[in-house]
Amino acid sequence: MKKNWTRFLVVALSVMMVFAMTACGGGSGDSGSSEGGDNVLHLGGTGPLTGPAALYGTAVKNGAQLAVDEINAANPDGVQLVWDMQDDEHDAEKAVNAYNKLVDDGMQIMIGSVTTAPCTAVAAEANANRTFALTPSASGPAVTEGNDNVFQLCFSDPNQGIASAEYIKQNYADKTVGVIYNNADNYSSGIFDKFKSEYEAGGKQLAAVEAFADDANADFTAQLNSMKNAGVDLIFLPIYYTPASNIMTQANKMGYNPTYFGVDGMDGILDLEGFDTSLAEGVLLLTPFTPYSDDENVQKFVKAYEDAFGETPIQFAADAYDCVYAVYDAFAKTGLGTDAGMDEICEAMIGVFTSADFSASGLTAEKMQWNAEGEVDKTPKVCMIQDGKYVEQ
Amino acid sequence: MAEKRFKMNTKKLLKGAVKGSEYKKEALISYGILIIGYILLQLGAMAGMIGHNLQGQFVPICVYVSLAISLNLVVGISGELSLGHAGFMAVGAFTGILVARVLERSLSFTPLILIIAILAAAFMASIAGFIIGIPILGLRGDYLAIVTLAFGEIVRNIMNVIYFGFDSNGKLRFAFNHTIDGVANQDRIITGAIGATGVTKMASFTAAALLTAFTLFVVLNLKNSKQGRAIMSIRDNRIAGESIGLNVKKYKLMAFVVSAALAGMAGCMFGLNYSTLAPIKFNFNTSVLVLVFVVLGGIGNIWGGMIAAALLTVLPEALRQFADYRMLTYAIVLIVVMICTYNPTIKARVNMFMDRFKPKKKKAKTGKEAA
Repeated sequence: MKKNWTRFLVVALSVMMVFAMTACGGGSGDSGSSEGGDNVLHLGGTGPLTGPAALYGTAVKNGAQLAVDEINAANPDGVQLVWDMQDDEHDAEKAVNAYNKLVDDGMQIMIGSVTTAPCTAVAAEANANRTFALTPSASGPAVTEGNDNVFQLCFSDPNQGIASAEYIKQNYADKTVGVIYNNADNYSSGIFDKFKSEYEAGGKQLAAVEAFADDANADFTAQLNSMKNAGVDLIFLPIYYTPASNIMTQANKMGYNPTYFGVDGMDGILDLEGFDTSLAEGVLLLTPFTPYSDDENVQKFVKAYEDAFGETPIQFAADAYDCVYAVYDAFAKTGLGTDAGMDEICEAMIGVFTSADFSASGLTAEKMQWNAEGEVDKTPKVCMIQDGKYVEQ
Repeated sequence: MAEKRFKMNTKKLLKGAVKGSEYKKEALISYGILIIGYILLQLGAMAGMIGHNLQGQFVPICVYVSLAISLNLVVGISGELSLGHAGFMAVGAFTGILVARVLERSLSFTPLILIIAILAAAFMASIAGFIIGIPILGLRGDYLAIVTLAFGEIVRNIMNVIYFGFDSNGKLRFAFNHTIDGVANQDRIITGAIGATGVTKMASFTAAALLTAFTLFVVLNLKNSKQGRAIMSIRDNRIAGESIGLNVKKYKLMAFVVSAALAGMAGCMFGLNYSTLAPIKFNFNTSVLVLVFVVLGGIGNIWGGMIAAALLTVLPEALRQFADYRMLTYAIVLIVVMICTYNPTIKARVNMFMDRFKPKKKKAKTGKEAA
């Protein structure tokens, strides 16, 4: 009996030791932030660096790192940025843990989180703690709802629908427009709702609307026949690239060749295995970034990214790159020193971001502005697939 | 032979029942860990010695400790392998969130909402446990494990197509397999695969610790009751148990349903700790994670499971300094601990090493043996 008691004591002591160690970790982090006197601004972010969504998190980590290095190198005497990205495994619980760790380590401004569900959880914590957050890529509307401190650099899902409708009305006014969407998917139906109301606002009518309920759906003959019979020559596809590829293949077999217009879910169709990419020629899609652009800045970014990380950057990397510059510019406008606390910076940054004279330009858009809800206002970029590459329109 | 073993076990059990010393010791250690842990962490937080990172994990630690205790009831005490614990947790979590969101509109006293939500969660989870328990408790061992695994996945997939929200008149609306029209974003409660959003954070460390204490209370008392001894005797020898007139199905179901209800309560606390909760959280991995706590702490050893749950919840966060190698380190630590705690050679070595520092204890041991 006594033996068991000593065993228990050993276990209890080791428990205490572990807690003491973590407490120490927190302590040293705090002293790190007090070094802010050296004109260092701590940026933090969370995103999936492991697991199935790691592609996105890694892209954000690298894209932001590139921007941080550029800023630090360009102005060695000015504000120096430190960028710390923590893994959240695309999980809300882990994201909150990661966010708290960043707060312990003296984070002053947050860039993130990368994906919507973790970002929603972190946004609530950040709102309570007063951390300013600019997410490069969490597009769900729940991210900014009720959180005055959280801003999106990407279009929110519903706003993609509005932007698409406006673009089509302006540039393809004479086309007869139809829609095929996934009504069981929030992303797809969210975009469609806004697209429909925006498109029909000017008195125009959608000629045909068809829905399906599963991205694994293989047969779109009924939907396509309905489009064809209605005389549709531009189909809006607010869906992911896999069902979109099926639609294109089957329409081609039917001898029906309308113009297709997709949103960011269409990004990736050229890399789809077993799909004849020549069918995607002429497809229009709303995407903030293409590595094949002729833009000088984009080319510079792509080259620097390829040199540093050995791969072609995706949209998420460009979004993160722009986030760092936007935050850096806004911070300069607040007039605060780098020794300012997280909450003080938060209030000042909200003021700058929502002010009418602040705008940020970058790889993904020119003159981005933000409203008080945290949504971005920017000119959408539309690309056309030509010769297997995205060409900006 | 089975008879002989049964006799021995019955003897042991009876002895335990008469003396109650085993129970007292187990209860003392379990409650001790909980109370000391709570006081230390609370003091540390108040003194500012504990950072945000660990403070943010107080509630999840309590939740996982509760889950480990409740799963131990099925795995350790009832002796059945269950891989669907996350399923009950999910039922509890989403029930709790739904109830809390509805009550929030008329009640403003958070602890009351929390208590009602937890009770509702326990109720729904126990119904789920009852429904699934009836057909499957005739199964044993691996077969039961497979069916409970399937149950966990079924629950998650049902959650993926359930929609709840308030319409513009403030009326609660429900839909299956399609989004609800006319519900504003902020009035959505549960949205299919996206899960629950806009949840008010109601869980607190104190509430979670109280829930853990309650779980402990239920499990320890059940274990030390007439029913508990019946459950354990069935675990040790089913045929012998039946032969003396024990209703095997009833007792197995009792352990299973109580465990499910407790898991639902823990799930509810977990759900009300974050502003958003997706069904994917309750996948197979979470069930296995809780099982790992139980196995690592020693199957049937309640306080061992508690310590394992707390340590393994904190560990991945404590390993953040390893950056890219974090999950790799975590896995290695897990494997090493698993091997070390179950390797008799290592165990003996460690004991020898320990004994070297405790000459007094040897005397006590021999004294006890002599007695």
